[in-house]
Amino acid sequence: MTLKVIVKGKAQGQVMIAKKPINFLGAVDKKTGKIRDEKHDLFGKSLADKILVFPFGVGSSVGAYTIYSLKSNNCAPRAMICSKVDITTASGCALANIPLVMATKEEYDSLTDGKKILLDAENGKIL
Amino acid sequence: MYYKDKDHASILYLPDQNILLELTKEEEASLKGEYGETLALAYRVLVAIGEATNADRLLPIEWAHLSGVNYNTIGDAGAEFLAKLSKDAKFKVKTTINPMGFDPDTVSKYDISEEFIKKQNSIKNSYEKMGAILSFSCIPYEIFDLPKNGTHVSFAESNAAIYANSVANLKTNKEGAFSALASALTGKSPFSELRKDDSRNPNLTIRMKTDQKDELTYGMLGYFAGKVAGCSVAISGVKELDRRSCKSLCAGMGTSGTCGMFTLGDVSGETMDFGKEEAQKIHDELNTTDSGDIITLGSPQLGLGELSDLSGMLKGKTFKKRCMIFCPRAVQEQARHLGYTSDIERAGGELLSDCCICLTPLIDKKDVDGVITNSVKGAYYLKTSNGVDVNLKNLAQIIQEETT
Repeated sequence: MTLKVIVKGKAQGQVMIAKKPINFLGAVDKKTGKIRDEKHDLFGKSLADKILVFPFGVGSSVGAYTIYSLKSNNCAPRAMICSKVDITTASGCALANIPLVMATKEEYDSLTDGKKILLDAENGKIL
Repeated sequence: MYYKDKDHASILYLPDQNILLELTKEEEASLKGEYGETLALAYRVLVAIGEATNADRLLPIEWAHLSGVNYNTIGDAGAEFLAKLSKDAKFKVKTTINPMGFDPDTVSKYDISEEFIKKQNSIKNSYEKMGAILSFSCIPYEIFDLPKNGTHVSFAESNAAIYANSVANLKTNKEGAFSALASALTGKSPFSELRKDDSRNPNLTIRMKTDQKDELTYGMLGYFAGKVAGCSVAISGVKELDRRSCKSLCAGMGTSGTCGMFTLGDVSGETMDFGKEEAQKIHDELNTTDSGDIITLGSPQLGLGELSDLSGMLKGKTFKKRCMIFCPRAVQEQARHLGYTSDIERAGGELLSDCCICLTPLIDKKDVDGVITNSVKGAYYLKTSNGVDVNLKNLAQIIQEETT
């Protein structure tokens, strides 16, 4: 089973799973990479250097600039895996050159929080 | 196709089949960074959007119109990004831009912070450096000559994209800020959605059933259609559509959903009625007060014909309240030469250029409780972004009730 590659690349890191969608513009601190929305299940946690797994992005598409800022401030996730692709996450990862793939439901559900994985977003595989 | 959920997430739906996006050697080399990081970034954006919308290739476009100009919409992160990008990036095709936050000629009359002006000027300079035409307009179709029929363009302003597809015989998707920017830098766009002839054929007809035929009703029809339609929609029961009503329809449609095109006349497939009841429901949603402190006209910005009409309607009349009228600078200058502005200004109308109603810092809830407008798009953004109440009524009614 291969993943749909949206932004190519390879990344290794620890899986961090968000249950809720992420609003990059409002909910993420671009200077630290921490989730600052108290209502979000990852509140207070930093996205830095993780393989971020979340359903999809919500909120203004300007959030793409936040993803770019995270990368410039060295606190961006190493890669992202979504179940649906939204325009904010797709544009943001493209601007910041962060590998992004879309997973089918089975692949998405098989990911375990905290596990170290190698995401090959050149060939669309998780190793 | 794009779909906006209630939180305004634009999900790029993926059909089941996995179509391979094939790039030319040149495009592949650009994506890999062989021509520098700016082009690599632009191609990454095009490929990401193309992969997500099942494009099989990129195709050339001749004109990009960019959103993401107002500091209120893109913020510090956007301003910083553009400043960095403009160090070596150059637009490859004709590139025009949306309104910014204020009119430099009159900004000193408003309570706009130095910080805002500085950041807005930085954004302006970045676009200028990259080679944009500083049009600061959301109606590029009215102030520039249109390319020949069937030409692919890349318009990020939603009313302009819908107008381009439906009236101007051009082809564009309802682009986002980043896809249009990437198109400006590369002269390319993914071949998907409304760029394909199949997707331009609507399979839903909305039947216009109300006798009201003013621009506000067409704006609400557009807002209704945008909520229920996919890529493209047919509208029946409309014999003729003047420019004002047509712009209002495009803007209403662009505000509520992802539909990027309409055609006139019935098509086979599903039908829905837009009658008195549907119009009332939308009016109830957008009209949040029965009175206002100021009047705003011009979302989309008014063109020359509309200023001429307005000038005629205002003969011998004076606004009871402050009235802000937004139009492109090129239009204001022409209108001044032709004498359309004298009756408007004598009546108390303030002409503003380079900006528009949407997300302008010129309308602040600190000073204003309610705004009177005939624009469905303006009403939506005034309420959701500026946080002020809106009294929505048509232009004839505004002139009748708000002038002496």
